[in-house]
Amino acid sequence: MTGMIYPAIIMGGLGLIFGALLAYASKAFYVEVDPRQIQVRTVLPGANCGGCGYAGCDGYAEAVVAGEAPITSCAAGGSVLVERLSEILGVEASGDEPKVAFLKCQGSPEKTVKDSVYYGFADCRQAAVVPGKGPNACRFGCLGLGTCARVCVFGAMSIRDGLAVVDIEKCVGCGTCVAQCPREVLSLVPRKTKVQVACSSPLRGPDVKKACSVGCIGCTMCVRSCPVQAIEMKGALAEIHVEKCINCGVCVSKCPTKCIIDRRSKWEREQAEKTLCEINAEKEAAAQKETETKPAE
Amino acid sequence: MSGLLALFIGSIFVNNILLARFLGCCPFLGVSSKLETAKGMGFAVIFVMLMASTMTWLIFEYILVPLNLQYLYTLSFILVIAALVQFVEIVLKKIQPGLYKSLGIFLPLITTNCAVLGVAVINMNEKYGLIESIVHTLGASIGFLIAIVLMAGIRERIEVSQSMPRCLRGLPIALVTAGLMSIAFMGFSGII
Repeated sequence: MTGMIYPAIIMGGLGLIFGALLAYASKAFYVEVDPRQIQVRTVLPGANCGGCGYAGCDGYAEAVVAGEAPITSCAAGGSVLVERLSEILGVEASGDEPKVAFLKCQGSPEKTVKDSVYYGFADCRQAAVVPGKGPNACRFGCLGLGTCARVCVFGAMSIRDGLAVVDIEKCVGCGTCVAQCPREVLSLVPRKTKVQVACSSPLRGPDVKKACSVGCIGCTMCVRSCPVQAIEMKGALAEIHVEKCINCGVCVSKCPTKCIIDRRSKWEREQAEKTLCEINAEKEAAAQKETETKPAE
Repeated sequence: MSGLLALFIGSIFVNNILLARFLGCCPFLGVSSKLETAKGMGFAVIFVMLMASTMTWLIFEYILVPLNLQYLYTLSFILVIAALVQFVEIVLKKIQPGLYKSLGIFLPLITTNCAVLGVAVINMNEKYGLIESIVHTLGASIGFLIAIVLMAGIRERIEVSQSMPRCLRGLPIALVTAGLMSIAFMGFSGII
């Protein structure tokens, strides 16, 4: 019996001593942490994607509480998170609109001209630095080797037909793929813009045509057809200004190389049709007024 | 003195804790995919092992042996190591935040690392004195650092290789690599 009691006392005593020591240490060496930081950390998604520019969610929580980072930096958490953060920190949310990654290229292997054969590692970052800059004649398009798909922690990117494809449902707009793409052919666009120019080549029309059949040739057809003047030429590349664009889709039908992408749903198309009719009616009315008032002068 | 040197060299290469004694294999495979983290893990192991084996030696010599309770060594060693690592983590966080940031995430991982317990048990079984224990532990932990850094270096290079068959990518080839490294370390067996 005594053979059992001694060991029990000794081990129990040891445990008690260590326990007391730890309890003392946790008090004596307590590090002050802002309680809000712990709260913030618990509401963050915890994906540690690094899209905010800080080292993981812990780093972002620290920066947000210190007031160094805006509460809208976490794209993964979306607007729900911004609301909760503003509750915790008492900071007004500036209501940043949700964004989504967009590929400014449609040059799949059958649509682009190949001017070399690439034998290197299947990684865009590698292909972009070797002489020849990858297999495509276009030096500005998607390489389709899937760097973006590998870096996306949300599984929103994939490679289909040699082109990066963004799964809009899964994409949170963190910008990791945009940062990693060596061609800078990916960009973040507001979720609500549905019509986008899918080409990044700044070359003039003939040079674009030589390399790719779906590139922007700078014909300015879209600029002239846009009912709200939302399209501007940036050199030889058309650019749609997202704040002006009404997603009417006129440019989509006018573009001769089919280089403007239309992501609208059927309902959105119908809505756009209506707004377009209204705009046209307004324009007609204005024109009529002008013709009516002119003879009177 | 030459005996201690032989013990030190021997514990690094001949009886390498990972590749000859096969203790601590889970961090060897788990934390060896990146050179940076492998380095952090290695240094954290040196730090924890040295402290833990010193503490366990004292506990064994001055508490368990006098009371004739040597058979309780596993229980008490685990208790000491776990409490010690927790304690060190708390203290480091306060006193050395820089060191805590570089070792911090690895410390809880090491709490239940069998290599730490293994070294303490070997020290006991070989009936080493305090100095011998410390030298042996230092050698063993440096051996751990060398092995895990070598492994991480190899794995980083294997990772980018395109000719690797799909079925071998990742853990399978890491296990093959570990086996080959172990065979290579057997070559040291004659030097002491």
